[in-house]
Amino acid sequence: MSLLSFEKKYRVRGGTLLGGDLFDFWIGPFYVGFFGVTTAFFSILGTLLIIYGASLGDTWNIWQINIAPPDLSYGLGLAPLKEGGLWQIITMCALGAFGSWILRQAEIARKLGMGMHVPFAFGVAVFAYFTLVVIRPVLMGAWGHGFPYGILSHLDWVSNVGYQYLHFHYNPAHMIAVTFFFTNAMALSMHGSLILMATDPRDGEPVKTGEHENTFFRDDIGYSIGALGIHRLGLFLALSAGFWSAVCIVLSGPFWTRGWPEWWNWWLELPIWN
Amino acid sequence: MNITKTLKIAAVALSGALFLAACDAPPPESVQRGPAGTGMVLIYNGDDLDNVVANNTVPEAPPQLPAGGPKASEIYQNVEVLGDLSIGQFTRLMTSITEWVSPEEGCNYCHVAEGFHLDTKYTKKVARVMLAMTQRANQDYGDHVGNAGVTCYTCHRGKNIPEYVWTTDPGGPHAAGITTAMQNIASEAAGNTSLPFDPFTPYFEQAQSIRVAGDTALPEGNNSSIKQTEWIYSLMMHFSDSLGVNCTHCHNTRAFSDWEQSSPERVKAWHGIQMVREMNTQFINRTTDWLPEHRKGPLGDPLKVNCGTCHQGAYQPLLGANMINDYPTLKTYNEATKAAYVDDAE
Repeated sequence: MSLLSFEKKYRVRGGTLLGGDLFDFWIGPFYVGFFGVTTAFFSILGTLLIIYGASLGDTWNIWQINIAPPDLSYGLGLAPLKEGGLWQIITMCALGAFGSWILRQAEIARKLGMGMHVPFAFGVAVFAYFTLVVIRPVLMGAWGHGFPYGILSHLDWVSNVGYQYLHFHYNPAHMIAVTFFFTNAMALSMHGSLILMATDPRDGEPVKTGEHENTFFRDDIGYSIGALGIHRLGLFLALSAGFWSAVCIVLSGPFWTRGWPEWWNWWLELPIWN
Repeated sequence: MNITKTLKIAAVALSGALFLAACDAPPPESVQRGPAGTGMVLIYNGDDLDNVVANNTVPEAPPQLPAGGPKASEIYQNVEVLGDLSIGQFTRLMTSITEWVSPEEGCNYCHVAEGFHLDTKYTKKVARVMLAMTQRANQDYGDHVGNAGVTCYTCHRGKNIPEYVWTTDPGGPHAAGITTAMQNIASEAAGNTSLPFDPFTPYFEQAQSIRVAGDTALPEGNNSSIKQTEWIYSLMMHFSDSLGVNCTHCHNTRAFSDWEQSSPERVKAWHGIQMVREMNTQFINRTTDWLPEHRKGPLGDPLKVNCGTCHQGAYQPLLGANMINDYPTLKTYNEATKAAYVDDAE
């Protein structure tokens, strides 16, 4: 079955959340829908505002363009356009675009009678962004606690915010998040290599089946999680990495103001050795 | 709902409550230290700030006495450091020192009844060195102590020995065959990290180089090791701990070593490092020979000063309150002190 006939077969009407039949059509390969229109609106407006913001700055160097949030003194109020107001509107556009994209994914899933796994997974990534630019700034009382929009500037922000808590590697939620990221990378690489070794054999060799895959891991580590299970595990690891990243940063500031090493004093004070 | 489920929910609720109890409640206090969006921000818990304010109050100064009249050295014997003061100024300062350092023991903490001029007690000899040290800081380290200056109270706060002092740390007991490498155990001096546990001896007594960061994008002959770098990290944890600030008080961490991107406070800290080194080597270490053992560390070195000795958790000692204008006699040293301590240092 060619890809095109596959798509035609499942190009079904209905399943929309908003807009009824009005936007229920395709442009080329892309499903439009009400949320496709809002995605386009927010992402184009946001991108144009970023370009406008860059034109106000002193560089067109793609690495150094920087759209900064307002000073802390503006608190949770609106700032003038050139004093962080742009950042505030761009943030609204980003959240509008990301949210629309989640709902567009949900509509497509409904059309096809599938589960909501993809919009849910993407939603966790959006939740992490929402935590950084809305939840944490609101908890800390100023939009200025959001991160700046710029390739290098947001990395500089990450560095300084880490050092606000003296040694961020002592943040327990950061430890969990990092562990999930690494485990996720390891699981994906092991799964990818397993599939390649089974389906991309040497010349003249037959393609192997799932039994070969299972047997490899049973021999290797005594257990094979299975063809469906590895994808459940992958989803869990990836979502956990994003979720705990959001937790580790929302704790820093709103709920913990000192150096993270000090948090571990409960361990040092355990009556076993203290 | 069965009993197992109830217990599970109770356990989750309890552990959640315990976790939250260990945390602060939002919103925190924050102070912007750099341009918007750089993340150069100090973050404080309001209760912690209240404690800092409560712990850094200045005692009321007694009324000034006229500078006229005979000099202290003309009335009393054996007055080396404060000999140029008028008798009125001298008596006022002695009274204040008693309040600052030995409010319970009184004059007898340093002096003996047989004659107040006698150097019988080691504490009197220490006081002489400490007064010279204080005057040196006020006269020549204005780049660090600023207009606020320092007095005995800055460190002592009513105690014989200032609360935050240090001696060389040889490390605790450990299993045979295990090398501690002077690190890898939680250390209060290193801000509760497992970084090298004695950041003071190499940098506040010896003059090991603190600048280990390379200044080129690619490695070009900078041979500083990870261990050296972590030793500096340990020292920096001490700075943060002592001043109640985070790294961004002085640094823009995208380029720690770049003075252009650092805050002016980093320059003050640099002068502070020079000052503390000199205090330890030129003043305090001179007491080693005659200091009693109980005033020394496990390796026999005297109790020395670091950032915490004066700062005691505040970004400026006593939150920047000016005490020195009430005690102008501590602002400058005399020729004898210069000859004894300063010429040697320079």
